[in-house]
Amino acid sequence: MKQQINHLRELEAESIFVLREVAAQFERPAMLFSGGKDSIVMYHLALKAFYPAKVPFPLLHIDTGHNFQETLDFRDWLMQETGGKCIVRYVQDSIDKGRATEEKGYNASRNKLQTVTLLDALEELKVDAAMGGGRRDEEKARAKERFFSHRDEFGQWDPKNQRPELWNLFNGRKHMGEHFRVFPISNWTEMDVWQYILLENIALPNLYFTHKREVFNRDGVWMATAPYMKLKDSEVPEIRDVRCRTIGDVTCTGLTLSTANSLEDIIHEVASSRVTERGGRADDKRSESAMEDRKREGYF
Amino acid sequence: MNGKQSGYLDMELLRFTTAGSVDDGKSTLIGRLLYDSKAIFDDQLEAIERASERIGNEEVNLALLTDGLRAEREQGITIDVAYRYFATPKRKFIIADTPGHIQYTRNMVTGASTANVALILVDARQGVLEQTLRHAYIASLLQIPHIIVCVNKMDLVDFSQATFDAIQKDLKTKTASLPVKDIRYVPISALLGDNVVDASQNMPWYPGPTLMSLLENIYISDDINHQNFRFPVQYVVRPQAKDWHDYRGYAGRVVSGSVKVGDKVTVLPSGFSSTVKTIDFYKETLQEASAPQSVTITLNDDIDISRGDMLVKELDHPQVNQDIDMMICWFNERKLVPRGKYIIRHTSAEAKCMIKEVVFKVNINTMKENSDDKEVGMNDIARIAIRTTKPLFFDSYQMNRETGSIILVDEGTNETVAAGMII
Repeated sequence: MKQQINHLRELEAESIFVLREVAAQFERPAMLFSGGKDSIVMYHLALKAFYPAKVPFPLLHIDTGHNFQETLDFRDWLMQETGGKCIVRYVQDSIDKGRATEEKGYNASRNKLQTVTLLDALEELKVDAAMGGGRRDEEKARAKERFFSHRDEFGQWDPKNQRPELWNLFNGRKHMGEHFRVFPISNWTEMDVWQYILLENIALPNLYFTHKREVFNRDGVWMATAPYMKLKDSEVPEIRDVRCRTIGDVTCTGLTLSTANSLEDIIHEVASSRVTERGGRADDKRSESAMEDRKREGYF
Repeated sequence: MNGKQSGYLDMELLRFTTAGSVDDGKSTLIGRLLYDSKAIFDDQLEAIERASERIGNEEVNLALLTDGLRAEREQGITIDVAYRYFATPKRKFIIADTPGHIQYTRNMVTGASTANVALILVDARQGVLEQTLRHAYIASLLQIPHIIVCVNKMDLVDFSQATFDAIQKDLKTKTASLPVKDIRYVPISALLGDNVVDASQNMPWYPGPTLMSLLENIYISDDINHQNFRFPVQYVVRPQAKDWHDYRGYAGRVVSGSVKVGDKVTVLPSGFSSTVKTIDFYKETLQEASAPQSVTITLNDDIDISRGDMLVKELDHPQVNQDIDMMICWFNERKLVPRGKYIIRHTSAEAKCMIKEVVFKVNINTMKENSDDKEVGMNDIARIAIRTTKPLFFDSYQMNRETGSIILVDEGTNETVAAGMII
C-alpha cells in the first residue's frame, strides 16, 4: 500500500518537520519576517505545523524604514487575520543610537545596516533560533547553507566549519550566547514557492501583482521612486505597469515590467523568465562574493 | 492552468548525490545538467562568463556555477556540500554535490544520507581508482538504493567502447562484494554533453539511456519503507484555547509505513496501547497517513506521551535495546575516545551513550576489516558497540534508513562527531 505524494507535499512535510524541530529543540525561537513571499510561505507552514495550537514563537521584522508601504500594511493585516505576534525593530533606531552609519551616494541602501539591528534584536530578545526564508537556490553562497546553521557569539557564519547534517537528525545543541539560524524552506525553488502559493491559495501583498507605479531606470533595472531615492540627472521618473518578483527595500528591489495579475500569470512568467529573481537585486551585484561576505557578518 | 503547469504539480522528488575525484569533471557535469535542462539563467551565465575570463579559462567554465564559496573559486576545488536544484517536466531534482578528495569523506557521507541515487564519476583515462572504490563503498554503506557510474571524458579516449567495457568489467569485479542492488553504467562527456541530456552521436555503440533519462525514469517509489509504521513523536500540540480544551495531538512525521484511523497502536517506551482517533493536518482530517507525511495524531485513550516516544502498530514492533551495534563514520578532528561518553540522537529521541568497544576499522581503500587498528579518527569508518542510558526503539539501517540512523554529539563542543548506521 503506497500513496505517492508529489514534490510540493514532500517539501511541505520536510519544512513542517524542521519547524517542529525548532519548537522542540529551542527555548526562544523567532521567525524572521520580511513581508516577502518566502517568509509568507514559511509562516503559512508554521500555521499548519502547530494547528490547532497557535504558532509557538513570535515573528520578528527588521524595518529598514525603506520598506514599501504595501509590505507593512500586509504584515499588519496578516497578523490580525491569523492571531500572530510580530515584533518590529527599526534600523532608524540603530542609526540614531550611533550603532549603524547610513550609506551615502546614489546607491545608498540600508540593506547592510539591517544586520546590526537584527543582531541587536536577537540579543535583546534572547533569541536562540532565528528562522529565515532563505532558499539554497537563490544564490551560490546559500547553496552551502544547512537547515540548522550554527552561529558563534558574534552571530557570524563560518562556512568552512559547518556541522554535518545527516538524514533528518538536526543537532541544535549550543553554548550560552550562541544561536542558530534555521532555514525551513532550504530545498524550495522559486517555482516551488509560487506553485505552493497557488496550491494553498496563500494571500500575498499586491506588490507581486501588476500595478501602476512611478519608476525610473537605473543601469537597466526599473526602480521605484521614493522620497529617499536620489535620482541622477539622466534618470526620469515615469508611470509603468510593474510588479515585484522579489520584495526587499525600495532602494534595492528591481521591478519587472509586467501585466501579470494572477498567480497563474506569474507562474507562467517565472517559468519563461531567463533571469533569476535576484538578478534584479542591486545588493547582490556589488561583488562576486557579496552574499557570502554579508552572510559571514550575520546577514540573513 | 495549462497542461504543463498542472503536470508540474504531479512531479516526483528525486535526491541524488555526486561523488568524484578532484579532476573527474563533477562540477562540469552538474553545470552541464543544469545548463542543458535550462535551469541556468542568463544572469548566472553572464556572471560565470565574467568569472571564467577573469581566471583565464578559454571556454565558459561550467564548474564555476557550483563552486560557491570564495575559497573554492580561488583554489578551484569544492570544499563543502552544495545543494543544487533543477526540474524537468517529470521530476524535481535535488543534487547534493560533495567533494571527492580524501579529507572530505564526511561530506560525502552527509550528501549520501538522504540520496535516492549516487552518481559516481570515473575518468575514462584513469579507470577505476582507489577513490572510485571508496565512493562505491560509501554509497553501499549508506544504502543508496541506486548507483549510476558515469564514465566521463569519453572524448579524451576517442569515444572508445573497449575502454568503457574494460572499466565496467573492472569495477564490477572490484565491487562484487558490496551489497549494491542497482548499479548502471553510462559513457559520457560532461564537457561536450554526450549522453548527459542528449544521446551521443559519437558513441553509437552505446544503446542505453542517457544520464538524464535514467534520472528521470529510475523507479524510486520503493526507496522508502512502506511496510513498518514508525511515528516518532516530535512535539505535543496542546492548544491553550477554549475550543480545543481537551485536544492533545502528537505531531510528527510518518517516517515509514502508514497508519489509518482506528488502527491499534502501541506507545513506546511505555508499552500502552490505544487506537488512532484522528489524523489531523491543519484544517483537514485524514483517514490515512503514510511516509513521508508530517501530521498530527490523536488517540482514543489518555496516555502520557512526549517527544522522543514512538507510535508503532500493535503487531509490528521495532527492536528495543540499550546495547546497539553499528557502523560509524567519524567526522571530527578529535578522535573517538574508547569508553568515552557521547550524546546520541536517534529519530526524535536523545540519550547518552558510552562506546563499549571498537570492533574493527575498515580500510576504505581495500574495503578490508582491520581489528588490530582501533584508533578512530576523522573520516574513518568503523564498527562499534555502544550502550545507551535508556532504551532506543530502532530497526536495522538496512530495513529502515529513518529508524536505523543515529548521530553522535560531543558533550563538550556540541559538534556532530559521527554518523551511525545500526546493524
